[in-house]
Amino acid sequence: MEYNGSAIIAMKGKNCVAIAADRRFGVQALTLSTDFKKVFQMNERVFIGLPGLATDVQTLYERFRFKTNMYKLREEREITPSTFARMVSSTLYEKRFGPYFCEPVIAGLEKDGTPYICTMDLLGCITTPADFVVSGTASNQMYGMAESLWEPDLEPEELFETISQSLLNAVDRDAISGWGAVVHVITPERILTRTLKGRMD
Amino acid sequence: MAMKVELPQKGFNFENFQRNAVLADKGYKAPKVTKTGTTICGCLYKDGLVLGADTRATEGPIVADKNCEKIHYLAPNMYCCGAGTAADCDHTTHLIESKLELHRLQTGRPSRVSTALTMLKQMLFRYQGQIGCALVLGGFDVNGPHLYTIYPHGSTDKLPYVTMGSGSLAAMAVFESRWRKDMEREEAAELVKDAISAGIFNDLGSGSNVDVCIITADGVDYRRGYDKPNQRGVKEQSYKFAKGTTAILTEDIRQFVDVVEGDAMDIS
Repeated sequence: MEYNGSAIIAMKGKNCVAIAADRRFGVQALTLSTDFKKVFQMNERVFIGLPGLATDVQTLYERFRFKTNMYKLREEREITPSTFARMVSSTLYEKRFGPYFCEPVIAGLEKDGTPYICTMDLLGCITTPADFVVSGTASNQMYGMAESLWEPDLEPEELFETISQSLLNAVDRDAISGWGAVVHVITPERILTRTLKGRMD
Repeated sequence: MAMKVELPQKGFNFENFQRNAVLADKGYKAPKVTKTGTTICGCLYKDGLVLGADTRATEGPIVADKNCEKIHYLAPNMYCCGAGTAADCDHTTHLIESKLELHRLQTGRPSRVSTALTMLKQMLFRYQGQIGCALVLGGFDVNGPHLYTIYPHGSTDKLPYVTMGSGSLAAMAVFESRWRKDMEREEAAELVKDAISAGIFNDLGSGSNVDVCIITADGVDYRRGYDKPNQRGVKEQSYKFAKGTTAILTEDIRQFVDVVEGDAMDIS
């Protein structure tokens, strides 16, 4: 986790969810890129954030893309976030004794529109809290920010401000994550994607 | 050339093991795994048994989940509390749950606790303690109520009252001083609650709420959040940021639309 550095956070709102990530890709203290993709869209209403070792981030994304495409072809329907979470969990647990260094965050809307967020440890133990989830090297800082800023029933725009401020202020206290951020807000009507201005040091 | 879809192999995969060992050599340790920390316990009473668990999950010193479920479903007449590595407890109990379901469909009889016990201990022994889960298994079958503990290496105990996890000593102290034979239902539930509370307040790995599960011949009474001694205070003010506080560089909005393809099919 500390080799590349990352910070990902997801929050529940009123009939909406948001997921945000930093954009740095570096090797220890050396920054190589500031537009690295860590949050991936699996289908219209399911997003996954993959913080951790960058090689595993990309390997896992390709595996999940393959698996969700196979699911779609076999079942002739889109995968729901809760089903997707179980799939991710099994994929990680398969490698129980040689795990991927990645602690995924999943955010999305269920078929009936209820918000769903969850996180996992690197072995695939699912945690589904009612408020927010954090993962990555800045997770301690994000716990502190989110625990004080989050409140129930936030509207999409309020949720955007809350998640953005939680992430930006957390990564400013973490040396190996940050360098810009991206936020996705998922509502039943639209997906809002914004890139944020952050400190570049 | 036709694409051939290769099905994944069954069981664990050790592909990354060597790579991770190399990374560990260079000083990049694997991230901490979620542990349950845990106080779990169970005791027999007059017409059945009561299982209990706290609801804290930890990742090192960080509380990863403040209200997790540690009493896992195994069969309609059987539940299992898990302590240790959270992923191991989740997946092991889930695997045995499916095996028991298939076994019931095959035999057409309700599952017996000893069947589940044997499946669990054989699996854990096979992995020589590498699957780190300590379990308290309880159920009611044709032979009456049964209560077992299973250790990560595959050994088992059958006792009238049992405790497991990092808070087991605190919980056992309560049982040792107050457990009696043939207690009443609510009396037993309260005793289990007090045993778990002892773990919650005296063991740092355990915390939050008490879950209780009462299993009798007539069925299961699962009381999630039976006691909530650690409720969070209500915020007195709102800490919302004004709209427009965050500086935005780019914005992309994708609107969902309802797609209607052609006319509705004539099915008359």
